[in-house]
Amino acid sequence: MTGKGGVGKTTVSAALGLVAARAGKRTIVAEVARRGDVASAFDREDAEPFHETEIAPGLFHISIDPQDALDEYLRDQLPSGPVAQILIRSRVFALIAAATPGMRELLTVGKLWELALLDRRTPGADAYDLVVVDAPATGHGIALLSAPRTFAAAAGAGPVARQGTIIDATLADPEQTAVVAVAKAEELAVTETGALREALQASMGLALERVVANALDADRFSARQVKLLKEHAEHPAVARALRGHESALRQRSQLTRLRKLTGQVPARLSLHPGGPDLQRLADELEPQLDAAP
Amino acid sequence: MTGVAERLQGKRICIVAGSGGVGKTTASAALALGLAASGKRVAVVTIDPARRLAESLGLEELGNEPRQVERALLEAHGVKLHEDGELWAMMLDPKATFDDLVTRLAPDDTTREDVLDNRIYAQLSSAIAGSQEFTAVAKLYDLDRDGGFDAIVLDTPPSRNALDFLDAPDRISDFFDSKALKLFAVPTSIATRVMSRGTSVVFAILKRLTGVDLLDDVSVLFRSLGGLIDGFRERAAAVKALLSDPATTFLIVTSPEREPIAEAIFFRGKLREARMPFGGLIVNRAAILDEREHDDPAAVRAQLREQLGDPLAAKVAAAYEDLQLLAARDAESIERLKAELDEPDPIVVPRLDGEVQDIEGLLALYRHLSAG
Repeated sequence: MTGKGGVGKTTVSAALGLVAARAGKRTIVAEVARRGDVASAFDREDAEPFHETEIAPGLFHISIDPQDALDEYLRDQLPSGPVAQILIRSRVFALIAAATPGMRELLTVGKLWELALLDRRTPGADAYDLVVVDAPATGHGIALLSAPRTFAAAAGAGPVARQGTIIDATLADPEQTAVVAVAKAEELAVTETGALREALQASMGLALERVVANALDADRFSARQVKLLKEHAEHPAVARALRGHESALRQRSQLTRLRKLTGQVPARLSLHPGGPDLQRLADELEPQLDAAP
Repeated sequence: MTGVAERLQGKRICIVAGSGGVGKTTASAALALGLAASGKRVAVVTIDPARRLAESLGLEELGNEPRQVERALLEAHGVKLHEDGELWAMMLDPKATFDDLVTRLAPDDTTREDVLDNRIYAQLSSAIAGSQEFTAVAKLYDLDRDGGFDAIVLDTPPSRNALDFLDAPDRISDFFDSKALKLFAVPTSIATRVMSRGTSVVFAILKRLTGVDLLDDVSVLFRSLGGLIDGFRERAAAVKALLSDPATTFLIVTSPEREPIAEAIFFRGKLREARMPFGGLIVNRAAILDEREHDDPAAVRAQLREQLGDPLAAKVAAAYEDLQLLAARDAESIERLKAELDEPDPIVVPRLDGEVQDIEGLLALYRHLSAG
């Protein structure tokens, strides 16, 4: 799940996770370098970040930090504990790891890949049916997806290059990986979604699986009703209704742009005036996911 | 209510911080425009490739050096620009700024080339935690020292970790003071020999894992950077001093939504810890009702039934109820922000009709900012 900053990626990721969990899929929502926004959306501020925590029935959460992912990777890869300890404690290593092209992204994506394995490498961990990734905003999101490919190409040989190629094969496989763009019906967010579609095709050869238009105003009035409302615009509630209608009209034209730029009908989620209600968002999303885009 | 102009009285540098998507860039531009209109020579520095905004200011695109927005253009769009007022805009290119810094601090051409051409320099310059933030502040420092501006407004990088921004100078100093760097700041052969056993092991394992032998690149880069240590350290100290200068202030922008609010509270806490100046809170895009808009939705429906017919009156009442809910939630968020940020008087900007993308929009936004 990616999209422009501020469009509600985290909320929509959580709602999608909920839809999957309701359908009986063992699902995890993974945040990338965040402070546990998904957990707090479920009022679970207590959840430990780099730990798979069940936040709703069948729905888990993890927040991935590259440093934690690195420690875990080294423990997994290196036969003896003490050698891994040397690396984990070494400042030089931390510096080199940070300086190595795409290493942070690679480590993050490597952990995401591990979460999605049917035969998990984490001792005693169960497999998930679906991993929902609350990815960073557009450009960084693509950098994350293409990190294994970039790294494999740069490194040429060695275990990391080999692993990069394997991870990339999963990420670039439309049977296993779907990229969902979240947008608001606003000019900049729509433009960025169009750019995302092109960049995704160019860097990964992937198409946008779905587009979700989030936080839409209610589009309530017909043209005839608007005409009548305009005759009574002196009433404050009517004036507000007309302003709301103007906003809905602007959103309508942005939705048309979004459809043209992405070549698909976006799923629509409404703005919840009292704050986003995840159960309701999942209710709205569920039937739209079954329909063809 | 204290408007933004009063809050920036005596301030030369205004750093605008907040979560992504809350309108930081437009708020920064509006603020700069308003200050220019009042007679100041102002530069707005953004990191966002805000193309529409650049175009609306008559600039094809923004570069890494400030460009002046044409006075005639501003006036044609209704800005009453004071005769001394000037508006300049630039978009920060972190890599170019870092390169520029290396170029200036390098003691000689060879050192400069060694650093800039190094295979891992490019990654390193963006990988040292907070280096994007550091370049932003380093640029700010240059503009402040050499630009002759009365005020500079900095739209900060969309960093989720505000700490990176505040800590950037310290991290850069730490990096240049680190043992690792000192170890390499001697010729390669010696470095390899004096390197602790642990470090050699690190490189050997790293090579085994990644298939990349970075030792040579790292040694060459670190040895070259060694010549820049003093320059960087001085610069980092100056930049740090600038961040806590009495003429510097931080404005925090947020929208009344859960995540940006959490970010604003977090950032305020970090400012407090770092003893950096906090200039005020801007709550953008809040739903605000005026005093005539507190009627009960059922009463509204009854009032309109005759003129509109009941079905339409019911729809209007439903829209009204939604708006009241939204306004109530936003009011609650604002109260929470006031308490958590210890800011009794935030600047609240109502949701404007449409997106702010042109000079008229910026002017309208500035009017709200200055009304407080």
